[in-house]
Amino acid sequence: MGRITLTDIDRAYGKVKILHGINLDVGDGEMLVLVGPSGCGKSTLLRLIAGLDRPTSGRIEIDGADVTEVSAAQRGLAMVFQSYALYPHMSVRQNLAFGLENIRMPKAEVDARITEAARMLEIAPYLDRRPGQLSGGQKQRVAIGRAVVRNPTAFLLDEPLSNLDAELRISTRAELAALHKRLATTMVYVTHDQVEAMTLADRIVVMRAGKIEQVGRPLDLYNAPANLFVAGFIGAPRMNLLQVKVRSASATEVAVEGPSGLAAVIAANGAALKSGDDATLGIRPHDVDLSPGGAGSVEAHVTLIEALGPETVVHATMAGDEKMVAVLNRQGLDAGDRKISLRLNPERMHLFDSAGLRVPSL
Amino acid sequence: MSGVTTFLTRRRGGRSWHWTDIVSWLWLIGGLVIMFGPAVWLVGSSFKTPAQLAEFPPTILPYVSQQASVEGYDTPLPLYSVKLPDGSTRIMAELRRIGIVAQMVDPKAPKDIVKVNIADRQPVREIGFATGNYTEPFVHFDFLHYLRNSVFVTAMATLITLLTNSMAAFALSKYKFRGRDLTMLVIVGTLMVPLSVILVPLYSVVSAVGLLDSLWGVILPTVATPTGVFLLRQYMLTIPDELLDAARMDNASEWQIYWRIVLPLAAPALAVLAIFSVVWRWNDFLWPLVVLSRKELYTLQVGLNTYAGQLNVQWHYILAMTVVTMIPVVLVFVFLQRYITSGIAGTGLK
Repeated sequence: MGRITLTDIDRAYGKVKILHGINLDVGDGEMLVLVGPSGCGKSTLLRLIAGLDRPTSGRIEIDGADVTEVSAAQRGLAMVFQSYALYPHMSVRQNLAFGLENIRMPKAEVDARITEAARMLEIAPYLDRRPGQLSGGQKQRVAIGRAVVRNPTAFLLDEPLSNLDAELRISTRAELAALHKRLATTMVYVTHDQVEAMTLADRIVVMRAGKIEQVGRPLDLYNAPANLFVAGFIGAPRMNLLQVKVRSASATEVAVEGPSGLAAVIAANGAALKSGDDATLGIRPHDVDLSPGGAGSVEAHVTLIEALGPETVVHATMAGDEKMVAVLNRQGLDAGDRKISLRLNPERMHLFDSAGLRVPSL
Repeated sequence: MSGVTTFLTRRRGGRSWHWTDIVSWLWLIGGLVIMFGPAVWLVGSSFKTPAQLAEFPPTILPYVSQQASVEGYDTPLPLYSVKLPDGSTRIMAELRRIGIVAQMVDPKAPKDIVKVNIADRQPVREIGFATGNYTEPFVHFDFLHYLRNSVFVTAMATLITLLTNSMAAFALSKYKFRGRDLTMLVIVGTLMVPLSVILVPLYSVVSAVGLLDSLWGVILPTVATPTGVFLLRQYMLTIPDELLDAARMDNASEWQIYWRIVLPLAAPALAVLAIFSVVWRWNDFLWPLVVLSRKELYTLQVGLNTYAGQLNVQWHYILAMTVVTMIPVVLVFVFLQRYITSGIAGTGLK
């Protein structure tokens, strides 16, 4: 079992409030990813769960037991640190054994667990080396191994991939996902990289400035971001956000108009909107395509074309200096073609009101 | 050999001597003489007999008068180079001296006694070592006793210094508590208080707890050093806090974190402090002199002082034993100088 419940968690350092009323429920066996820009409080939240830090107020429960005042060692959790935090003066084997020796586990079982973890993480050949003699990827495995041997209620991972190079990050990410599948243990994973969040998470928690912006399954966040921040944060390249005016609104559809002759009718519950309101229209770059022009298309001026191979990223500017990025899944766009017409897929449009909150889709 | 020559005659820029080459040489040679000269003189003098120590002008090397056995005399006689009235110089042995006249005899013709004014003769000398300066204190004095006391004081004081200072440094570097910086400031501030200022109160304290005239009375007041706390704290600040957090997650108690994580990782700084502590405690003179009054408890430095009596200073023993007491410290510097420089660089101490 590894159910973690956070209730009304606040954390302040002196007068500076880092976390504001966090409520979160992590299900047993779930991979929950905390994501947000740096300084949003996600690492602090993880340290609170770990017990390395105490909340100013609020309650932390693990499997129903209140552990708010319980020390880190007694919570039965294991943590993987961003810097790996391997003990540099101990061999890999001693690193793995340290936590087990501290709970006076019999030597035979310590050895058995280390052997098993080393086999699973393929670190058996380095067991007698010091961390200083390992590459970044190997250190990462040892750090995960140190958590695995503890057989914890839940794993806490603090940006575990951020010190790896791009290629290794992708392969380690896949291994982590496989590990989670095999162990079926609760994992709370902190990252600032939304791609990691999307690929690994059962559920994603998007945080900003000490508050939870949205919690949900990755595709739910992608398809129905609750507010402008989540819309901009999840998905790469970022969602295009255009300032528009509401022309008419009803409980079934909202008509908006924007720069460069943009006019669209979106199937959304606009009961709370009225004509003339400011709003923001969101459209993902992948939902923008070239059009031959005419009604329903917008004019834009190309500023940059990035040919990535499978797709071409077009950066363009619309009237009123609004930026527009389109991702076209084809090659051979003429770089000299400075004026283009773009079609925005109305079924994939997101509408946000003047407060930045999503206008619910139908 | 040619490598050495090339090295020694290496000059700035081209082939000719630049004035900075000459200044560098003068500076280096001058430095060598100033720094090393007294040490050489000390070692040289430690092998001299009391009579030779009193000689003026002094010599660097120890000499002894040459002696020769002369037929018809039981004891060997000292040899002199004598300038005879006819202008020739001969090596002669002295039989006895009366006033300013010495009776000399040629070893090859022991029958003819010649009277010579003492101004006309020079002793014939060769380099010789008065090794008795070294062996006598070992055999007849308490030198070994003093050595044992010194070793005990140095070893115990260093061990306790390392333990207490590292514990203080651990708390001051790894725990956040109210007044931490002030505590650190106060500890470092005690660097400015010299021993002579606190000598009397310290004596009262040591006397009150009954440690007077015991080696522990020498050891305990010296173990808490602000330098050590500062040096170790600065080093421990560089140990990442994540390691401590990792250990906490690994069920380590705070003591285990200190003993198994922080202490091994602070080993380089501990080595530096150990070196400093050994040198300080070994060379300590004033405080042991104040605390110890029984002779069998004297440390080496205090023991050396016993050769200086009120009326008579046995310089030859003092010099020889000074050399002996210097040996451990010199060895420490020779073998561990790398750590000493890094330690000094790390703390910004003198």
